[in-house]
Amino acid sequence: MHIDWAALGSVFGVSLMVTVALVGLFALGIAGLSKGESATAQGGTAALAVTGAYACFALCTAAVAYGIWLIVS
Amino acid sequence: MDHFTLLLGIVIVTALAFDFTNGFHDTANSMATTISTGALKPMTAVAMAAGLDLVGAFLSVEVAKTISGGIVHEEGIRTEVIFAALVGAILWNLLTWLFSLPSSSSHALFGGLIGAAVMSAGWSAVNGSTVVTKVLLPAAAAPVVAGLGAMLATRVTYAVGRRATGAGSDAGSRAAAGATSKGYRAGQIASAALVALAHGTNDAQKTMGIVTLALVTQGVLAPGSAPPTWVIVAAGLAIACGTYLGGWRIIRTLGRGLTELAPQQGFAAQTSAATAILASSHLGFSLSTTQVCSGAVLGSGLGRKGGVVHWSTATRMLAAWCLTLPAAGLVGAGAEFLTRQGAWGITVTGALLVTGAVVIYALSRREPVDRTNVNAPQTGGDAAATAPRTAAAVTAPPPGGPLPAALSGPAPEPTAGAPFTPADVPSLATVPAPQAEPSKPAAV
Repeated sequence: MHIDWAALGSVFGVSLMVTVALVGLFALGIAGLSKGESATAQGGTAALAVTGAYACFALCTAAVAYGIWLIVS
Repeated sequence: MDHFTLLLGIVIVTALAFDFTNGFHDTANSMATTISTGALKPMTAVAMAAGLDLVGAFLSVEVAKTISGGIVHEEGIRTEVIFAALVGAILWNLLTWLFSLPSSSSHALFGGLIGAAVMSAGWSAVNGSTVVTKVLLPAAAAPVVAGLGAMLATRVTYAVGRRATGAGSDAGSRAAAGATSKGYRAGQIASAALVALAHGTNDAQKTMGIVTLALVTQGVLAPGSAPPTWVIVAAGLAIACGTYLGGWRIIRTLGRGLTELAPQQGFAAQTSAATAILASSHLGFSLSTTQVCSGAVLGSGLGRKGGVVHWSTATRMLAAWCLTLPAAGLVGAGAEFLTRQGAWGITVTGALLVTGAVVIYALSRREPVDRTNVNAPQTGGDAAATAPRTAAAVTAPPPGGPLPAALSGPAPEPTAGAPFTPADVPSLATVPAPQAEPSKPAAV
């Protein structure tokens, strides 16, 4: 019986890393956005936080696009 | 179409029926967390899942060349064996649905196929080591991979969230909280869509493979030919219809029965599931979608401080997973034994399948679950004891109806809207979705 431990291990590692990285990015993006909202509500601005947030979301979108490409191809 | 025999017709219809049960069994995988956290309304969620399933069915570039991927020696497999395997798989799918348990449709199919093949040609027809490497090992690995990912990811979301919501006035933090929940909803919808799309490409393909194989076995198609367009369309439509009906019982178990999900957890779970599914199918170590999603939900429950995991539900799910292969196998073997007896045997098998399906449906009507009570806490069994406590203790009430009092009291009939609509009837689409699903107790 040949068990492909390498494939299992890489599925394990890749899933774990990608999940945590993606969710972390998204959480950072949301934190940035809510900082911006909170600043706006108090009459200020938080341009840096909001820009960073959009950068995070852009990376997440790229990951989703890659996921769709994986499904289609 | 001279080769179109009655048997072939029966197999095609049965394959599409299996595809249909596969669809409504697996709606929960992509949409349970989205529905239970309120990111999407129930009907919107299932409509989206169904649409993506359909799209996925047409997107898939390579259709499964074998049914089992080498688990069973398929050379010279008779059409009756395929039929018997499908009967086993459908009945097991319906039974687990009746008990509101998510279980892998592919495992049910493998089980039915193994049982039917053994009955037909003896144990040598089964490739034992492939069963271990392609079914048992992935089944053990899937929940662990996705669960661990979801647990860590949940921790991350809460850690980042805590750090971000530091100082600030009331108005500021209110605005921040609004942006946060809106954000996690959007994220959840995106990752759920990925899971649904991946499901469509994988599972509709399986049915196309079965129908194509049956056509080849009967000499309608040349060996190795691609599935005809009508097969692709029929398989895609069958799975999409099943998905749209929504296996509400299973959605409730996955979305509510295992743990109470906050939007952050739902997002973490769904992202972990999508990643694990894509990584596994891309790296050549296929994991079952159902097991990945269940594990991810469980993991996200474990990842939140103060989160409650209903281990009794998890244990019942585990038991169903362990039983899937042998149970579907036994039914498949019995069905193969009957079909071997000739035309009357096939007729009897078909009649038994239909009767079984009707009986299971009738039993399900005694405690219906549909879009109106899919978010109500589970009644009956162990979940009933824990649900009111958890609802009061940890849930952020979903929009529309924070009514913990109603959860513990006796269940009054739902008063809003139409008379109680049966769960799995298409006409429910026309009933306007009530705004406050969670406030409606389960009608039992």
